[in-house]
Amino acid sequence: MLDSGFSWNLVADAQDMLRFPFMQHALLAGTIVALVAGLVGYFMVLRGESFAGHTLANVGFAGAAGAVLVGVAPVAGLLVTGVLAALGIAALGGRGAGDAQGGGRTDIAIGTLLALALGLGLLFERLASVQAGGVYAVLFGLVLAVTNQDIVTIAATAAVTLVVVTLIGRPLLFASLDPDVAAARGVPVRLLTYVFLIVLAFAVAEAVQVVGVLLIFALLVTPAATALQLTARPARALALSAALAVAVTWLGLAVAYYTPYPAGFFITTFAFAAYLLARAWRLLARRGVRPARRRPSWHTAGETARQGVTPA
Amino acid sequence: MSSSSLDVNTATARGREPARESSPPPAGAAEVVHLEHAAVRLGARTIWHDVSLDVRAGEFVAVLGPNGSGKSTLLKALLGLLPLSEGRASVLGRPVHRGNRAVGYLPQRRVFDADVRIRGRDLVRLGLDGARWGVPVPLLRTLLGHGDAVREERRRVDEVIAIVGASDYANRPIGEISGGEQQRLLIAQALVTRPRLLLLDEPLEGLDLPSQQIVSNIIRRVSKEEGITTLLVAHDVNPLLPYLDEVIYVARGQVLIGTPQEVITTETLSRVYGPRVEVLHTSDGRVLVVGPEEEGVSYHA
Repeated sequence: MLDSGFSWNLVADAQDMLRFPFMQHALLAGTIVALVAGLVGYFMVLRGESFAGHTLANVGFAGAAGAVLVGVAPVAGLLVTGVLAALGIAALGGRGAGDAQGGGRTDIAIGTLLALALGLGLLFERLASVQAGGVYAVLFGLVLAVTNQDIVTIAATAAVTLVVVTLIGRPLLFASLDPDVAAARGVPVRLLTYVFLIVLAFAVAEAVQVVGVLLIFALLVTPAATALQLTARPARALALSAALAVAVTWLGLAVAYYTPYPAGFFITTFAFAAYLLARAWRLLARRGVRPARRRPSWHTAGETARQGVTPA
Repeated sequence: MSSSSLDVNTATARGREPARESSPPPAGAAEVVHLEHAAVRLGARTIWHDVSLDVRAGEFVAVLGPNGSGKSTLLKALLGLLPLSEGRASVLGRPVHRGNRAVGYLPQRRVFDADVRIRGRDLVRLGLDGARWGVPVPLLRTLLGHGDAVREERRRVDEVIAIVGASDYANRPIGEISGGEQQRLLIAQALVTRPRLLLLDEPLEGLDLPSQQIVSNIIRRVSKEEGITTLLVAHDVNPLLPYLDEVIYVARGQVLIGTPQEVITTETLSRVYGPRVEVLHTSDGRVLVVGPEEEGVSYHA
């Protein structure tokens, strides 16, 4: 099916690849989706809401199947059910960082929702007699089948998501790390829980179209987790997370083009490899460069505080 | 005992008679905290009620009382995080409202897990600008022409980190530093807006002894040097005793305020708890409140 195989002339390879509209569409959609997932994923990981993200994806499966059942575009089903589920999860007490006590119970509530969603998805799929390929596409993504129409939808939802994240970024970071102080400072912590889960539902609905329900964490969790290994600065971590998500998507699509294997596999594998490298790098960095930890001694405690220096 | 300057704000103690102000402030002295017949209800439970008290500018005040008596609730009411069910509360002459930058807050100890990958400096900075909409990307603000403000904020963050002596580790991820070091940075976060009132909820809880010493030194030094009125919820009053201007005692839905000598006495506390409470003084000047186990009184002071 391929005109020409892979050569080590990367420019020629890229030109070869981009001759095909399906590859142009896949790269464009993949880039937009990865950008959004990388940014939203950073906040999701920081808030410890990965399980909510996972659930939103699975609810999306029911939504997409249900949409086919009533004869509308699957992406509409993804968005509608995703937002409804996001509101449900938030109402159940959507868990933020520093909320360890309430977290367990919320997880259980989300888990029950997850199971119900998968069951509904199964039913809808059977009722709509969706051919197996349709289900397969929702579960594992069908990035090479993205159409112009899909790209318009993806770009529009991505634009909404990015605008909202840009508006709420700083207070969201504050509320995620330190909800009590944020509330005292006037941040609407509860409202942000709702808004963020809706943003997450949007990001999930977009990402499902590229990597599918089951592989979604390759774009939502892994790049953010990798970025957080490499830097503790929020601005850098955000940028790095988005850049990593885009990079693994490009690499995965390119390699899939030259091999008979699915893009989803390569995207997840490259994302995981980046994560492993980042962990290894941090381990080495910590062993190698950092000096032994110094603590102020009991006797000099008062002096230490006054001068703002730690005695050598 | 000079019960005349004490305020026992309970319906039982006073019937329907309105509670008096605690010692009326001298003319000109600003009341930083002012509560008038205040009550807080959580669900069906009244935490405390008919509380009237004043804290004057520059005072260093400990908030004491058994677990679950409503000490943290008092701070949250002053922050506007919990609404009063009755009465009025004002801070620095204005009704309490959330997001008051003149109030610094250190909630009950929160521990950042080892995997929280954000620098202590970033947390301090969020105390300054975290409530502002937008993204935490300073470069963007510089490009938008707010370079001066960005530099000024950075300078203030550096300054406040130096004040608590945390400059050495402010750039490390918060989860990787010790509990005492985390607490110093969180105090810096509370101080970063140059508050005139500090509300600290058990700032020494869970810290090892050397850290307790360092943190309590920092709190006392800063509140004194910068003239910040400080309300500090404490489990053990003894380390603070020499420095306290007043004590607020919260127990059984009632709130007392007065000097430690006035409040922490067998006579006064018995009026709140009933006759089984006794205040003992040890030979080295420590006080010990002994009371019925089920009230959880015996732990402290």
